[in-house]
Order: sequence, then C-alpha cells, then structure tokens
Amino acid sequence: MSNHLKNITLRIWRQAGPAAKGNFETHVVDEITDEASFLEMLDLLNDKLITEGKEAVVFDHDCREGICGTCSLMIDGQAHGPQRGTASCQLHMRQFKSNDTITIEPWRASAFPIIKDLMVDRSAFDRIIESGGYITAETGGAPDANLIPISKIVADAAMDSAACIGCGACVAACPNGAANLFTGAKIAHLSRLPQGQAERYSRVEAMVETMDEKFGSCTNHGECEAACPKEISIDVIALMNKDYRKAKFANRKDLARK
Amino acid sequence: MAQVVTSHRGPVTGTATHKRKKRPFLLDLYSTAVGKKYVMGITGVAMMGFVLFHMIGNLKMYAGAAGLDHYAHFLQTLLYPLAPKGWVLWILRGGLISMLFLHLHAAWSLTRLNRHARPMKYQSKRDYQIANFASRTMRWTGIIVLAFLVWHLLDLTFGVVNSETGKMITHPGDEESVKAVYASIVYSFQRTPVAFFYVVANILLGIHLFHGAWSIFQSFGLNNPRFNSWTRAFATGFASIVVIGNVSFPIAVMAGIVG
Repeated sequence: MSNHLKNITLRIWRQAGPAAKGNFETHVVDEITDEASFLEMLDLLNDKLITEGKEAVVFDHDCREGICGTCSLMIDGQAHGPQRGTASCQLHMRQFKSNDTITIEPWRASAFPIIKDLMVDRSAFDRIIESGGYITAETGGAPDANLIPISKIVADAAMDSAACIGCGACVAACPNGAANLFTGAKIAHLSRLPQGQAERYSRVEAMVETMDEKFGSCTNHGECEAACPKEISIDVIALMNKDYRKAKFANRKDLARK
Repeated sequence: MAQVVTSHRGPVTGTATHKRKKRPFLLDLYSTAVGKKYVMGITGVAMMGFVLFHMIGNLKMYAGAAGLDHYAHFLQTLLYPLAPKGWVLWILRGGLISMLFLHLHAAWSLTRLNRHARPMKYQSKRDYQIANFASRTMRWTGIIVLAFLVWHLLDLTFGVVNSETGKMITHPGDEESVKAVYASIVYSFQRTPVAFFYVVANILLGIHLFHGAWSIFQSFGLNNPRFNSWTRAFATGFASIVVIGNVSFPIAVMAGIVG
C-alpha cells in the first residue's frame, strides 16, 4: 500500500548560468506518493512549473537505475541524499515525512563548475581518465574469452573498484573537494588486473598529477566512502598512494637508463 | 561537442593536460598533494617518536629530583666524549625543527589547495556522515599545540617565563653540578594557569594524534585487510599513552606527589 506525503517544502538552488549569482528558491509539493523516486518528484514539480509558465529546474539525470552516474544532487547536506549506497535516482520519497523541508544543492567544487541550477560540468573527471585510465589492447581478431586466467579473488577486488560510476559524489562529499576516491577506484580497477600491468606505473603518475591540477587533497575523513553510491572503500586511495610512491621511484630509475 | 566551462583554475575541458615542469626529484615528489601527504606522514612519525620518548623520559620525574636531572644531563652530554657536549642534542633538535617546519609547510599548502578546490561553500548545512571531531579539527588542534610548544620552550628550555630554568644544582654524591630541571618543572606547574594550559594542550595533542596516527597508514598506502582493524586501535592507544603520561606530570605536581 502506498502512502502519500503531504506538504513537502523544497529549497532548490537556482542559478541562471556559470557566472550568475545563484540563490535558493522555495517550492511546495502539496502531495506525492511515497513510491515516487526523488527525481520523479522533481519531474512533477517541473511539470507544474512549466504549466505555470515558469522555467523548469535543471538537473542531471539519465538511466534512473543507479548505474550511469549522471544524477548529482546534494540533498539535505548529503551527496545523493540520506540513503547509503544509492544514487539520487534510487532515493525514494519514503525516506521523507510529510511537512519535511528538503534542501537541494548542486555539487560544489572548482573542478565542477555549475552549468545551470543543479547541473554541473564534471568533465574534469574525463581529464583524469584521458591521462591514464585505459589499457593498451591488441588490435586484430577478438581474443578468446578467458584467455588470461584471473583468480576469482582478484576479479572481485577489481570489480569492487570498477563499480565506480563517476558521479562525483566523492568530490561533492569531501570537505576538501578531493577526487582521490574516484581516481583511486579507476587506478585500482586496472592495476589489480593483468591487463593493466603494462601501464601500471605511468598510469598512476599521470592520473594523480592530473587530479592534482583540478582537485583538493585527501585528509582521510572517509566522507567519500560514505557518500559513494557504489560504497567503494577508501582502501583504493591507500592503493593509489602506494602505487604513486612506487611509480615515482620506478619511473625515475627507468628514465635514468640511457 | 564538448562544452567549455571555465573557472579561475583555467579551462576544465580540453584534451591536453599541461606539461609538468622539470624539477629535482624530491621537489617533484613534494609538488603533488599525494607527495605532500607523504611528507606530512614522515614528519608526523618523527614527531610522534619524539613525543613518546619525551613522555617516557619525563617519567624519571617519579624517580625524584636527582633521577630527572641526571637524565637531562645525559641528554645534554649525549655521545660525550665522542662528540662535544650538547652537539648531539642540537643535531637532534635541528632534525625536529626541520620536521616541524616541513609538517607546517605541507599543512599550509594543502589547506590552500583545498580552499581553492571549493571556492564557494555549500550554502546549506552539511551533514557529515563519518568524518569525526578529530579529523575535522586537525588544523585547530595543530595550531593550538604549536602555540603551546612556543610557550613550553620559553618556559622550560629558555626560561624566559620561568626564573628557575637554567639554575644549577649539585646532587648529593655528585662531583659536578647539573641543570636543576626538576625544580623548574615543579615551579612551573605550581602556577595553576600554566598547569591548566599544559593539560588542555596535551588533550588537544591527543586528539590530533588520534586522527594523525591513523591517517599515516592511509597516506603511506599501508593498507592490508589483515591489519586494517588494528590501525584505529594503534592510533587510539598511542594517543592515550602520550596524553595520560604527559597529563600526569602537572597533576602530580598540583597534588604534591612531585615537589
């Protein structure tokens, strides 16, 4: 049986453009079923705004099943809202009560400039991936499946990091706006697998240094892990730190050869 | 088509990342935030070693005036006659001063980097999930402990605010006089505000260590599922031992156990 929530007050960040000064705008949702997802609630609000001839609230969304990493809302001071291990799209109104006031903000980081309202530009993540988040693969015919044996334990560990959907909640939740969990996850994903070994050390050096140009630094609060919709552990940050140290020494030694 | 959105840190979109400057190896390591965290950790470990041995050495206080004063004399004449008196102590002090300087410089530049990474704060209240009091107050506990350190040196090392510091004493059975460290400590802690500041600063040091000593494992990448559950216990234990030992000194003086 579904219940209905009444009188939800929404404080939503509205900002006309990257350089515009934004402010909170208050809207009231009179009634909503608790089976509605958070984004569906925003859809209904937008329908109402459009009917009234006002401008709809701009927010990022795509798959709405928690796997694309497009939705990005800071809900009541928490990245992706109060429910652990889910993206904003998987958050449902049953997490809230009638007469609640819900505050919605965009991710805030200098690397994630606001495009409009709640939508931010996360292409800084693409810069990190471009600098090393790939492997060199042979061209030609597709290799047979399971040609490279990988133990279940290693495959599972790599998969835990590969689960990263690149939503940016780690950066949003970090008090320092650091992207260490994202970068660590991408590095751990490839560095744990045999295919990732060839570029292991050039990868970590390039990715860490690109990250450094755009994001803050890690102070080991653990907020990123708590906010991550895929619950990726900060262990990947430790792995990145270790590999960065090894890479610096290994690359230096190799480059010294003439 | 990629959308170009610029911030004060330059364009975020664009395929080329700029080429890094050629630098000497150590400076190159230090130039990144991850490298600075290593420096933070290494200097932190060195200073943790110092505070632990400083506390253990001061336990000599409970062995009486002669015990503590002879221990202080031992430190001042470390490796004598191989090295001239006082030299080894000053070399060690020089090491500590550089560790402190590097720790402060790394903290300062990382803080600046972090401020730049989020120029506009969240406009609504943040709801932190697991960041604890210790991790969120590192800068403040650090600054207060630094202020205490300055006072502590003026009080018990240079004697600027302590008339007993630097006086000499000849203990029964001794041929030469040694510095009367015990007497200057007793004089210092008999002033209630001084003892109070000492206790508060040491509790803040404990809070700083509670996060710092744990953080080292993460920053150094010493992550092993077999001992991960022990790192928090290590940090708590280390911080507690240092705080309990240090705080016992002013309390012992105030209670008249040492005096």
